[in-house]
Amino acid sequence: MKPANALFAGLVFGLGLLISGMADPARVLGFLTPLQGWNPTLAFVMGGALAVAAPLFALARRRGKALDGGILPDLPRRGVDRALIGGSVLFGLGWGLAGICPGPGIVGLALHPLQALAFLVPMALGLVLGQPRKDGASGKKTR
Amino acid sequence: MSIITPAIGPALAGGALIGLVCGTMWLVHGRISGIAGIARLALQGPDRVWRLWFLAGLFAAGLIARLAWPHDLAPGYASLGWLQLIVAGALVGTGTALANGCTSGHGICGLSRLSSRSLVAVVTFMAVAAITASILAALA
Repeated sequence: MKPANALFAGLVFGLGLLISGMADPARVLGFLTPLQGWNPTLAFVMGGALAVAAPLFALARRRGKALDGGILPDLPRRGVDRALIGGSVLFGLGWGLAGICPGPGIVGLALHPLQALAFLVPMALGLVLGQPRKDGASGKKTR
Repeated sequence: MSIITPAIGPALAGGALIGLVCGTMWLVHGRISGIAGIARLALQGPDRVWRLWFLAGLFAAGLIARLAWPHDLAPGYASLGWLQLIVAGALVGTGTALANGCTSGHGICGLSRLSSRSLVAVVTFMAVAAITASILAALA
C-alpha cells in the first residue's frame, strides 16, 4: 500500500473518531454507564460503521480477492479460546477504567499529549508482551 | 428529522467514515483496519511502513481538530488520573494483543466479516467495560 493511501485512510478514520465523539473519554464513559445517566449516542457510531463496512466486506467476499489484486487473508479458524475471552475481559477492564481504546488514544496524542502518552506507552508494552504464544501449548518460553 | 437528538447525526456520520475506511481497506487492499493490530505490527513488523503512515494519519486528524476546531473535542482527558491512564493503557494493550483485536478490529471489521470469534469478543469487552465503568462511577 502506498504511504499516501495509508496516511489518508488513517486521517479519515481519525476524523470519524473525532466527529462521532469516540475520541472523548467522557463520552465513552457516559455510554458505558447505562444506569447512571446513559448517553446512548455512541451506539450509533458502531451502527453507522457497520452499515457502511458490512456491504463492502460482503462485496469483497463475493469477489474473492482484493481490488489491488492481492489476497484476502483467511480468518483465524481457532474458534473461541481462552486467549480470546481472557484478552477481551482485560481489554474491557481497561476500556471501562478510562474510556479510551487504541484509536482514540492515538488521536488523543495530538489533543492531550501527556495524558495520551501515559496511556499509550503502557499500551504499546502490553501489545508487544501480551501476545499469546503460537506454538508450545505449555506456554514455556522457546527463546 | 426533528426527532433525532443533535449528537446522533455526528455519531452516525463519524461511524460511517470509520466504516468506510474499514470496508475500503479490506475490499481494496485485503487489510484489517483494527487499530490495536496496526499499532502492534507497526512496532514489530512485518510491513511496518504503511502501518506507521496509517497511525500518522490518526495523529494528523487529532492535530487538525486541535488547530481548526474552536473547542476541545476530548475534554474527558482532563478528569483522568495518571495511574488510571497507565493501568488502563496496560490492560488495553495486553487485552487486545491476547484477543487479537479491539473496538475496530473485532467490533467493525470482525462483525462485518460475520466472525463468531469477533461477536464473542465484542459482547465480552462491552459487558466488562460497562460493568467496570458503572462500578467506578458509583464509587466516585
